[in-house]
Amino acid sequence: MAEDIGLWGVPIAMLGGMIRVSTPYLFVSLGETITEKSGRVNLGLEGTLVLGAVVGYGVAYGSGSPWLGVLCAGVSGIFPGLLHAWLCSKPRVNHIAVGIAMMLMGVGLAFFLGKPLIQPRAPLLPSVELASFSSLPAIREALRINLLFVVGLVLAPTLQWGFNNTRWGLILRMVGDSSDAARALGYSVNRVRAIATASGGFLAAIGGSFLSLYYPGIWSEGLSSGQGLIAVALVIFARWKPMYCLYASLIYGAAGALGPSLQSVGLEVSHHLLSAAPAALTLGIMIVTCSKERSLVGAPRELTVG
Amino acid sequence: MHPAVRKWLPRTEPFIVEGIALAGSLCVFSVFLLAVGSQPLGVFGDMLDGAFGSSFSIQNTLTRAAPLMLTALCTVLPARVGLVVIGNEGALLLGGLGAVVAARVTAGLPPEAVMLAMLLVGGLTGGLWITTCGLLRQKRGVNETISSLLLYYIALAVFLWLVEGPLRDPSSLNKPATYPVGQDNMLASIPGTDVHLGLLFGVAACVLSYVLTHHTTFGFGSRVAGGNSRTALMMGLPLSRYVIVLCMLGGAAAGLAGVVEVSAIHETANASLNAGLGFAGILVAFVARQHPLAVIPVAILIGGIEASGGLLQRRHDLPDATVDVFQGILFVMILGCETLFGKFPGLRPEAPPPPKPAAPRGAGGTPEHSEALLSSEPSTGLV
Repeated sequence: MAEDIGLWGVPIAMLGGMIRVSTPYLFVSLGETITEKSGRVNLGLEGTLVLGAVVGYGVAYGSGSPWLGVLCAGVSGIFPGLLHAWLCSKPRVNHIAVGIAMMLMGVGLAFFLGKPLIQPRAPLLPSVELASFSSLPAIREALRINLLFVVGLVLAPTLQWGFNNTRWGLILRMVGDSSDAARALGYSVNRVRAIATASGGFLAAIGGSFLSLYYPGIWSEGLSSGQGLIAVALVIFARWKPMYCLYASLIYGAAGALGPSLQSVGLEVSHHLLSAAPAALTLGIMIVTCSKERSLVGAPRELTVG
Repeated sequence: MHPAVRKWLPRTEPFIVEGIALAGSLCVFSVFLLAVGSQPLGVFGDMLDGAFGSSFSIQNTLTRAAPLMLTALCTVLPARVGLVVIGNEGALLLGGLGAVVAARVTAGLPPEAVMLAMLLVGGLTGGLWITTCGLLRQKRGVNETISSLLLYYIALAVFLWLVEGPLRDPSSLNKPATYPVGQDNMLASIPGTDVHLGLLFGVAACVLSYVLTHHTTFGFGSRVAGGNSRTALMMGLPLSRYVIVLCMLGGAAAGLAGVVEVSAIHETANASLNAGLGFAGILVAFVARQHPLAVIPVAILIGGIEASGGLLQRRHDLPDATVDVFQGILFVMILGCETLFGKFPGLRPEAPPPPKPAAPRGAGGTPEHSEALLSSEPSTGLV
């Protein structure tokens, strides 16, 4: 049945890749949006992502259930988030520097825990084939969707709605826009930020478990090529709006899928160069959208990054 | 109180705080080791042994400390003017590549000329790479922490592409590598030791950086600008020039680290160069509290921790990432303990309210106090 679809293979493979590659970006950027809405930046999500990847893989391997792996990964991401929030609540402690330290610690811890997991194969997350009607294997392959992507797809509008329409969303935004106002109304700024940072860690670690349990579906020390950090920068580009995070993640997914899809039709471009496409894209977007004169539209006022 | 004591007592505060952080890290690391079923005391003993136990291990430690001093300066120098640069690894990789290219172009010249070319090209490459972050920050307001790390991922991609593609030595079969710089052009050892001359480069770079940042008008101006950019503008200080020069020098130091690693250890540029020396340099910079002279002992300490990794692997069956875990704990502890500054009233004799009711208030204007404000590290708040 394998008809030759020629260069059409590139956009089709990019569509599939977009869906696969975008999921970790989506989870990390949604998590970081929650954190940044509260007025703090957690640069350590790169470490949380790698930690989530190894915990998810290890639990899935040990228990045989990949979904339990995803859950445990998420829980493991809460702890670095809480640690970050606790340290940053102390006077004189710089949240950017703590984020850098948490990034290095998370990666170090993940590599330590991951040493025995390089060889064994864990059960991977199942996927749903949406295009079983099609006779083209390329299309079937492209529309093979993982449930986590669907979760992210639902989560983005839910968060957007929640930020705008719920009491919790209002408190979160108030803490991020004016901690004095929040204090005046009797809310604990530190507690709200701790919850926000922990939620961010939870989502980022789930994004990591997607890497190790679905695509590419293996644990190795080179698993992350900066997705965690790129997603943090992506939040700025997405103007702290969850729906924009979704669109931006899809663009990143497409950029990340460029290499594999060109290879699938036999075009040989250095995969190293293409793997830097998301980082280069982020830098380009930041150069275009940042400005020295004005702060960014939509930025939480307590936030000092951008 | 004796004036000398009054002068020197507050200066012990960083050492006390760092000591507490180190002790705290050892405690947390002990709990971690117990949790994974190791004996903390045995591990600490072997870490000390592996780092400083024999003349061989001391030389190993110093060899590892040399590039750390250079990469740490890549964070320290921009920090003087308030920038948090963490793309040290990228500058190191490109500096190493620059060295290989320079050696290839100047092949056939006397070794001294080749070495000079390697140092110049490697330093310049690294310097320009980090200057990009400074320029983007000054011209476009792009956050330099994020841009420098993104530039690392781009540098890594370019590095691997060149090593496996255009610059690859066809005879490197199993592990792609560039053409070697040549046995004659390798960096010599310090006479009487196995430690290469890169250690002297590192120490010299730290001392020169110290002179620049602490004993010149340029350094003073950059500290003022780093502490408060609005003040700097009011005083007409050339903020952009400080940023660019310090980024250039910092990047050049990290680039030199790449040159040293290539010309003294690997002989060629390959994936082994991407071993985290740049990231460890960030740790060194923060532990040294962004002070160029403090970088020297801290780099030796961190180099020792890294050098002990092999021994831990052999004697305790711990993976080599164990030292990464310890470094991570140490890093978090050091930053967390920042909050302890000012918590020791005994260290600042003029700070606590004296019992006499006639105590002069508004001590904020005394020269000591304003000097203390300036000598604390520049604000790293990202605007």
